[in-house]
Amino acid sequence: MEKHYTDSKVKGVSTGTTILAAIFDGGVVIGSDSRASIGGEYVSSKTINKVIQVHDRIFCCMAGSLADAQAVIKSAKSHLSFHSVQMESPPLVIAAASILKELCYKNKDELQAGFLTAGWDGKKGPQVYVVSLGGMLISQQVTIGGSGSTYIYGYVDAKYKPNMTREECLQFATNALALAMGRDNVSGGVAHLVVITEKGVEHVVVPGDKLPRFNDE
Amino acid sequence: MLGETEPQWLSEEVKTGTTIIAIEFNGGVVLGSDSRVSAGESVVNRVMNKLSPLHDKIYCALSGSAADAQTIAEAVNYQLDVHSMEIGEDPKVRSAATLVKNISYKYKEELSAHLIVAGWDRKDGGQVFATMKGLLTRQPFAVGGSGSSYVYGFVDAEYRKGMSREECQQFVVNTLALAMNRDGSSGGVAYLVTIDEHNTEEKVILGNDLPTFFDQ
Repeated sequence: MEKHYTDSKVKGVSTGTTILAAIFDGGVVIGSDSRASIGGEYVSSKTINKVIQVHDRIFCCMAGSLADAQAVIKSAKSHLSFHSVQMESPPLVIAAASILKELCYKNKDELQAGFLTAGWDGKKGPQVYVVSLGGMLISQQVTIGGSGSTYIYGYVDAKYKPNMTREECLQFATNALALAMGRDNVSGGVAHLVVITEKGVEHVVVPGDKLPRFNDE
Repeated sequence: MLGETEPQWLSEEVKTGTTIIAIEFNGGVVLGSDSRVSAGESVVNRVMNKLSPLHDKIYCALSGSAADAQTIAEAVNYQLDVHSMEIGEDPKVRSAATLVKNISYKYKEELSAHLIVAGWDRKDGGQVFATMKGLLTRQPFAVGGSGSSYVYGFVDAEYRKGMSREECQQFVVNTLALAMNRDGSSGGVAYLVTIDEHNTEEKVILGNDLPTFFDQ
């Protein structure tokens, strides 16, 4: 049977989650689902927040082994705040992403974690970076990750437009997460979204019953 | 040269990696597929038509192991011909789907192919049946093959009841294009078959005529 590479044991990566980040005109939206599961059989948490703040205007989403991801983020946060003190200015988004990348690349044999980093800085405005499993760092306008992301590649490719407004981008992100949660049994719960702009940071939580419904439900 | 290994297509099983889709509209069905056949990482046929006729107004879409899928389609084609002669009229789509299901279920351990059966008959109009692993279910639309994983979100969001024939054709083309962009085992051209009461229309959409998306 052809393997649909969503089985975490086959691919050895991205388990039990859907994460997403997208740039709009003036800012960036980063979001995730809220389910933590053990082996796809037991939901250990229905409301875990996978969007972590690493600095005032920089947030990360983690994918892969949650334990590895938490350890890496903890280390990255301390490096980043030290770097920020040394530079006497808020860190660039690429600095946060590079720190994560260094940790992932140097420890690639032991770690199984990938990250989406999104934020706003004075030099380049809104940015999204992906640090993948082996430590590759690339910048993209929109990116998705986690086991649930497989099901929404088509939707994201079709529906993402550069320079959307804040409301359009929020709706796009909510729809994408809702669709992935509808198809992936290890993604679910509520949708956690964070909107980052020059002016500040806003958290949006969309509970399960307020998520958009599509016509098979 | 020392240490040269043989090309993959000599040793790997030939699979139609694929993306297939079938959707029902009022008065008929539209089926679509990509055209890539892979053996491991080699593409051994980039223009294969995976939409195979089972009868004048009943087609099936092939996915999984190329040999298994083709054999099932040929066997059912024969069985449907016999059945149609016995009853003296055109067969029902459900009959064709049941024949496919019977083979898939009986040999489920040996076979690894999934066929989507779709067509038009006088009793129930356009119908789409999924037959994966020996189950038989009628659905308003069905997607299959390795590329289908990437477009579940898109089809969930975009499908509406009561689409017209042209809207269904566009829906199928968009879905195939998105899946072909993301799935390494799908690609090439898009084949479309539209079946209704009056005729069966086959169409090919070449690579450069497929819809493109924001990053292309």
